[in-house]
Amino acid sequence: MALNTPTKPADPDYVRVRSTATIDSGKNLLDVKALKMHFPLTQGIIFQRQVGAVRAVDGIDFFVEKSETLGLVGESGCGKSTTGRAILQLYKPTAGEVKFDGVELTRLGGEDMRKMRRRMQMIFQDPYASLNPRMTVGNIIGEPLEVHNLARGKEKTERVQELLRVVGLNPYFTNRYPHEFSGGQRQRIGIARALAVEPEFIVCDEPISALDVSIQAQVINLLEELQDRFKLTYLFIAHDLSVVRHISDRVAVMYLGKIVELADRVDLYERPLHPYSQALLSAVPIPDPAVESKRKRIILTGDVPSPVNPPSGCRFHTRCWKAQQICSEVDPEFIEHEPRHWAACHFPGV
Amino acid sequence: MATVARADVVPATVASRRASAGLWTNAWYSLRRDRLTMGAAALLLLLAASAIAAPLFAQYVFHTSFEEQDLLHIYAKPTFDPPAYMLGADEIGRSQVVRLLYGGQVSLFIGFVAALMNLTLGVGLGLLAGYMRGAVDDLITWFITTLNSIPIIFLLLLITSLFQPGALTLTLIIGVLFWTGVTNFVRGQTFALREREFITAARTIGAATPRILMRHILPNVLPLIFVLAAIDIGSIILAESALSYLGLGVLPPTPSWGNMLSNAQSYATRAPWLVVAPGAMIFLTVLCLYLIGDGLRDALDPRLKAS
Repeated sequence: MALNTPTKPADPDYVRVRSTATIDSGKNLLDVKALKMHFPLTQGIIFQRQVGAVRAVDGIDFFVEKSETLGLVGESGCGKSTTGRAILQLYKPTAGEVKFDGVELTRLGGEDMRKMRRRMQMIFQDPYASLNPRMTVGNIIGEPLEVHNLARGKEKTERVQELLRVVGLNPYFTNRYPHEFSGGQRQRIGIARALAVEPEFIVCDEPISALDVSIQAQVINLLEELQDRFKLTYLFIAHDLSVVRHISDRVAVMYLGKIVELADRVDLYERPLHPYSQALLSAVPIPDPAVESKRKRIILTGDVPSPVNPPSGCRFHTRCWKAQQICSEVDPEFIEHEPRHWAACHFPGV
Repeated sequence: MATVARADVVPATVASRRASAGLWTNAWYSLRRDRLTMGAAALLLLLAASAIAAPLFAQYVFHTSFEEQDLLHIYAKPTFDPPAYMLGADEIGRSQVVRLLYGGQVSLFIGFVAALMNLTLGVGLGLLAGYMRGAVDDLITWFITTLNSIPIIFLLLLITSLFQPGALTLTLIIGVLFWTGVTNFVRGQTFALREREFITAARTIGAATPRILMRHILPNVLPLIFVLAAIDIGSIILAESALSYLGLGVLPPTPSWGNMLSNAQSYATRAPWLVVAPGAMIFLTVLCLYLIGDGLRDALDPRLKAS
C-alpha cells in the first residue's frame, strides 16, 4: 500500500476512514483509547489552586493482542512508565478508556479492581526498591497467594518453592531477605511475585535497565521462556531499542506523552514513518564496523519541551527537520498509513 | 522447554535452611544472643516485679509501711539496723526503701500505661495521616496543631479541677494528651515510605490498605517506634514528677519516684541520699528502656541478622 501523505489533514472524511488504532476483534486483550494522565500542579499554602498540569500522558490509543509483546519505547520522561501504571490503575487516569478483556478498568470500584489485579501484574525497574526489605523472600512471593486466597499453609510453601524454581532460583531461599541477593536474583524474585497469581498480562516496566549487561540477557531469556510457558501477554517498556527489537512483536514509539508511531516490529525498524522514530532508530549502533562507519545519524537539535506546556500542533515540530507551517498549527491524527502501521505525522515517509 | 539460566544462583547456606521464618521469629532468634539487651530487659522486669511485690517487702522484710513516721529517726543515714533504713529515712522518718518500692508502682504504671496509650494513638493516627494524605491528613494535622497551641499547664489545671487527682487520672491525661509528637514522627516516616516502590508493588498484587499499613509500612516504622517508646516512657516518668509537684498528680503521702525526687531537693545538702535513690531508679529505668529499644531495633533489621 502506498504512503498516504495527507494534503488536507483536517478533512473530517479523511480522518473517519482511517483514524483509530483499534482493530475491533476478539484478539485484543487490552484496548486503550484516548488515555490521559495529567498530574496537577498546585500553588498556595492553605487554599491550593491548580496552576497547570504535567501532561505525562496526553491522549494515546493502542491495543495489545493476546500472547504478544508490545514494546513501548521513548526517551526518559516521555510517559512510558506512567502509561503502564495508568493501565494498571495505580494512578487514576484523568480521561480515556482502558479495556482489559472487555472490562472497563477505569470504572471499576476499589474491591472489583483489587480482584481484577489477579489477572494483570507488573515487573518493576528497580529490583532494590521494589522488594520490602523487612520481608523474607517466602513472604514476598507468598503474599499475592494470601491476598487472593489462592493457597495456605503447606500448599503455599510448596507453591512459593515451585515459583522460585520456575524463575531459576534455589527453592530453599524462602527464609532469606532481599538484601542477601544480587540485582539479577532480586529481579527474579520480583518476577516470581508477579507470576504467583498466574496473570495473563504483565507490564514490564524497564525490567532490565537497572541490571548489569551480563545479567540482562538472562532476564530477557527468562521473560521469553515464561511467556511461552504461561501464554503471557507483555507490555514491555524500555528505552533500549535493541532489546525491544529482540523481544517485541509490535512496537509503539512515544514522544512527550503521545504515541507517534505503532507498527509491527519489522515494519517499524525497517521503515519508520515518523521523523522521531527515524531519529531514534538512527542512534542504534550497528555491530559491524564497515556498516557502522557509514551509518548516518540524525542528530536532533534542542531539548524535549516541558510536558507542562507542550508545543502547539505536532509536539515534535520544534525539533523536526521536516516541519512546515501546518505542523505548528494542527495536531496530526494518528492514522493507519499502511496495514497495521499507524503514525501521527503530517509528512510521514521513509 | 529450555533450562532456565542459573548463572547468578549461589548455593543455599545452612543459615537459610533454618526452620524459622518471618521477621519476628528471626528477631527473637538474634535477640536471645544479645546479652546487653537481655540483661536490660531482666533488670527492668526485676524493677517492675519488686514494685509489684512492694506490700510483701514492706510487711515481711522491712516491717513498716510507706506512710509510717518515726520522728526519732528523721534524716536517718543509710544503715542495715534496722533494714527499713537501708536507704535512710526522709524528713519525717519514713523508710526510704519502702517508699521507693511503692513509688515504683506509681511511676512504672504511669510510664508504661500512658506510653502505651500515646503510642497506640500516635502510631495509628500517624500511619493514617501519612498514608491517606488529603482530607484525613489535614484533619489530623489540624487537630494536633490545635492541641499543641493550648498551653498544657492551663489545660492540666482545668482537667484536674474537674477530676480527682491521682495515679489513674494522671495516666489517662498523659495518655490522651501527649501523643502528638509520636504522630508527627510516624506520619513523616509513612509519608516517605508510601512513595517507595515496594508499596506500589503491594498495591499491584492487590493488597488492600489495612494490609499495606500493617504488613508493609508498620514493620518499616517499628525501629522509630521503639526509640520513641523509650524516650516517651522516660519523659512521662519525669513529667509525672513535675505535675505532682504542681499538685496535679499523685497526692502525698502516696510516693512516686518523681515526687520523692522533687521533695528531696529541699534537703539535698542535709540528706543527699534522698535525692540519689529515686534519681538512680529513674536513670536505671530509662537506661534499660534505651538499651532494649536499641537491641530490638537491631534485632528487627534483617541486614544485621546474626548469622
